[in-house]
Amino acid sequence: MSTENGLSKRFEITGGDFGKAGEVSTKIKEILQEIGIDSTIIRRTAIATYEAEMNVVMYAKKAELTLHLTPTKISIRVYDDGPGIENIEVAMQEGFSTATDEMREMGFGAGLGLPNIKKNADRFKISSTPGKGTALDITIYLNQAGKK
Amino acid sequence: MTLKEIKKLLQAEVIYGIDKLEEEIQWAGGSDLMSDVLAFGKPGILLLTGLTNAQSIRTANIIDAKAIVYVRGKKPDKEGIKLAREKEIPILSTKYMMYTACGLLFSHGLPGVSKIQNNK
Ligand SMILES: Nc1ncnc2c1ncn2[C@@H]1O[C@H](COP(=O)(O)OP(=O)(O)OP(=O)(O)O)[C@@H](O)[C@H]1O
Ligand SMILES: [Mg+2]
Repeated sequence: MSTENGLSKRFEITGGDFGKAGEVSTKIKEILQEIGIDSTIIRRTAIATYEAEMNVVMYAKKAELTLHLTPTKISIRVYDDGPGIENIEVAMQEGFSTATDEMREMGFGAGLGLPNIKKNADRFKISSTPGKGTALDITIYLNQAGKK
Repeated sequence: MTLKEIKKLLQAEVIYGIDKLEEEIQWAGGSDLMSDVLAFGKPGILLLTGLTNAQSIRTANIIDAKAIVYVRGKKPDKEGIKLAREKEIPILSTKYMMYTACGLLFSHGLPGVSKIQNNK
């Protein structure tokens, strides 16, 4: 869907569906490539989105992901209705994970995802209500002058 | 080092990408943990892994990996191969285990992507 203010797209991520895990991020990467965004920015966006998507698949039931692209930035919002995160400060630490053996067998669960989102984003906001869900707000600027 | 040289060194089978063996590889990394690959991989990396699920290929695509080598004779399933073809990511399979495969490539001059972090 195109609007005057840029491009907005909505995706649904289904929790527990490991076979499909990563499809939404792969799609978003394709969209950004078609538009012709700089490859470093695409890579950072794709990594942050993929980490967020994997977390939904592993920990939440379902989520809505929106991609919003303007001439100056890419915004990714992920709202899930999972169990939420008790202590965000702890969850943000490298190495903290509550992943199950099944998730580890899939190649995940090292406790690196949230810190990696922060590393790849220019701005990252996370809020969570236990029992209700988690919301991520990821911003990556297109004009990287003076940014990371 | 080209993929062709890598194929020869590892006596690898090409599962997909026979027409892409001239591609030049600059660096490589080996891990079964996609969390690590996502956090420490560099664009253009050759990924050596024993993880054959769809996420291994999706992860490779997300981080702009150049190719994947599956170790210990492993191969992805049909779905995985289809994805690799769609994303044009060459896939090789070697009988060597992870340590030996990495060692062979490293000792023939293909560097790794690791950075030693001094805790200062
Ligand atoms: N959307 C979410 N809903 C509920 N809990 C979450 C969510 N995302 C993360 N968490 C919690 O925060 C922890 C840390 O997440 P993080 O992504 O950093 O690591 P991980 O998913 O465990 O491992 P990795 O990302 O390295 O595969 C998770 O183990 C989980 O307990
Ligand atoms: Mg994670």
